Amino acid sequence: METVFYISAAIAVLSTLMVVTRRNAVHALLYLIVSLLAVAVILFVLGGPMVAVLEVIVYAGAIMVLFVFVIIVLNIGHEAVRQERQWLRPGNWIGPALLTGVLAAELVYILAGRAAGVASGEQVSPAALGASLFGPYVLGVEMASLLLLAALVGAYHLGRRTTTRQEQGSDGIDKR
Amino acid sequence: MISILRSIWLVFLHALHRRVTVQYPEQAIRRPPRFRGRIILSRDPDGGERCVACYLCAAACPVDCIALQAAQDEHGRRYPAFFRINFSRCIFCGFCEDACPTYAIQLTPDFEMSEARRQEMVYEKEDLTISGPGKYPGYNFYRVAGLAIAGKGKGQAENEQPPSDPKTLLP
Amino acid sequence: MSPTAVYLVTIFGLLIAVFTLSAGLIWYERRLLALFQDRYGPNRVGPFGLLQSVADIVKIFFKEDWVPPFADKPVFVIAPAVIIVATLMSFGVVAFAPGVMVSDLNVGLLFFLAMSSMGAYGVALAGWSSNNKYSLLGGLRAAAQVISYEVFMGLSLMGVVMMAGSFNLVRIVQAQERMWFFLPQLVGMAVFMVAGFAETFRIPFDLPEAENELVAGFHTEYSGMKFAFFFLGEYIGISLVSAMLVILFFGGWLGPVLPPLAWFFIKTFIFISFFILVRGSLPRPRFDQLMAYGWKVMLPLSLANLVVTAGILLWRRS
Repeated sequence: METVFYISAAIAVLSTLMVVTRRNAVHALLYLIVSLLAVAVILFVLGGPMVAVLEVIVYAGAIMVLFVFVIIVLNIGHEAVRQERQWLRPGNWIGPALLTGVLAAELVYILAGRAAGVASGEQVSPAALGASLFGPYVLGVEMASLLLLAALVGAYHLGRRTTTRQEQGSDGIDKR
Repeated sequence: MISILRSIWLVFLHALHRRVTVQYPEQAIRRPPRFRGRIILSRDPDGGERCVACYLCAAACPVDCIALQAAQDEHGRRYPAFFRINFSRCIFCGFCEDACPTYAIQLTPDFEMSEARRQEMVYEKEDLTISGPGKYPGYNFYRVAGLAIAGKGKGQAENEQPPSDPKTLLP
Repeated sequence: MSPTAVYLVTIFGLLIAVFTLSAGLIWYERRLLALFQDRYGPNRVGPFGLLQSVADIVKIFFKEDWVPPFADKPVFVIAPAVIIVATLMSFGVVAFAPGVMVSDLNVGLLFFLAMSSMGAYGVALAGWSSNNKYSLLGGLRAAAQVISYEVFMGLSLMGVVMMAGSFNLVRIVQAQERMWFFLPQLVGMAVFMVAGFAETFRIPFDLPEAENELVAGFHTEYSGMKFAFFFLGEYIGISLVSAMLVILFFGGWLGPVLPPLAWFFIKTFIFISFFILVRGSLPRPRFDQLMAYGWKVMLPLSLANLVVTAGILLWRRS
């Protein structure tokens, strides 16, 4: 089980690196999907199959499809690839990378001091997950749902049609 | 919603209907008697050629697929020296059959005439001529037409009246 | 045999069975459509035309496998594989009979949903990477359609999950020993079926390939084996959705007299035939009609089903 964990962790790190360095947006997205799938495998190994599968459904399956959708609609061509190449000059990324490197070093230092708690093998059942979501963490769940509702209302407001009622009636949308 | 289910049900009922496909090579196709297929040249009940090489069929043919050459035998009777139909051009319209004064050229219900080489679609007189009278048994052009041939003067055949004299006004 | 060997035999047996069955389904669909249209369909190659699929596969093997010069090559090559892999992965959790399954995952149902949503990438990316306007439109339609329909595909199944008390497919089948779930979950079944049509891009909802407006939609530029992958993926998808329908609503392997595996296959075949019947009878809606139907009819219906089921379950428990 531990080898599976390390392999998928390596895949996750590598593919995330590729996400940052790709010039073509769709290729970057594909690497992001791979990264998410690798994280799902890690979660599965760590004993959370429910969370792993939900990650695939929600992130890899829905949100990333939306991303792909948007990028297809934006019709990114060679122009964007050229622009991306400009942005990826060392002068642009070396500062943030150094700072992130320091953070990563700190993280490794802290984690190295503790006992490795990888792969407990204990599976969390969906029922236990649900009980803890609607038991001790109910406040967090409700807050998240409120936030999502606000986002939904906001998105609806922004995407509202400005056409008049008459035009709407004649555009042939199903009137059942 | 109901209409969707209804159309699914009606399509399902078609599983019980008779199939309209004819399994062609194994199963014969029913063709009407006037089906316009392969063209043949027929013969008299006596066995002589009916064609008198009048060129009417070649003139009527809209795609010019009929070629023939007229000739006369020792009795003065006309016959085609060669008679050629290019079936790769023929459209089986049947105009030649309509035009023919002697019922010599006829269309038959046979349509299975595919060939591997295009040259083989050109039928010569030997390929076209059949041994019988085709659709008109008992009809003999020279026995009913007002022409003098060996052994028969004008107007001497059965059912034939003597020729009228164009130079007189009397009936 | 050791457990590992049994495991490997199950996996490879499943793979071979799924691939041959899906290839056979091409023949089956053509024959059945012909039956509904008063024709015979392919009946020349072998007895009853059974070898038609073999002939098709041989033909497609010898076709040129062409990648258009304007395509995004890596994505173009990956896309058909994504579809096949995503649908085949789902077969890993399908419970054919007691003990006859690859993985008895305790979140099997969610795994199926996850993998069916991954299938959208194959189509969307195929459309994008072809670099062709019709393919692009097909890919766009596919992405939008899958996102919309998978929402209530998941919701429609939650009634079943509540009644069975588990995401595990074996448990769900076992919970149907007294009564198959299609009776109490009639609405859920209807919604799941419609969503299944949409997720597999079958004919009432085949807008991504809509051949009379988009040439062939997302697979316009594909040929040879890559096209065969799309084709096969569609049929594997049909078998998968039919198998899931049987497991979730029609008692899986449960049934009298015959062995469990036989029951499972008989039921699955009935639903595959139903898929083909619907293909033979319904026209394709417009895309806005498809979206309106999904969000305005199917989503409220599945939510209502969820609430009513939960209410009845709570009332009966108290």
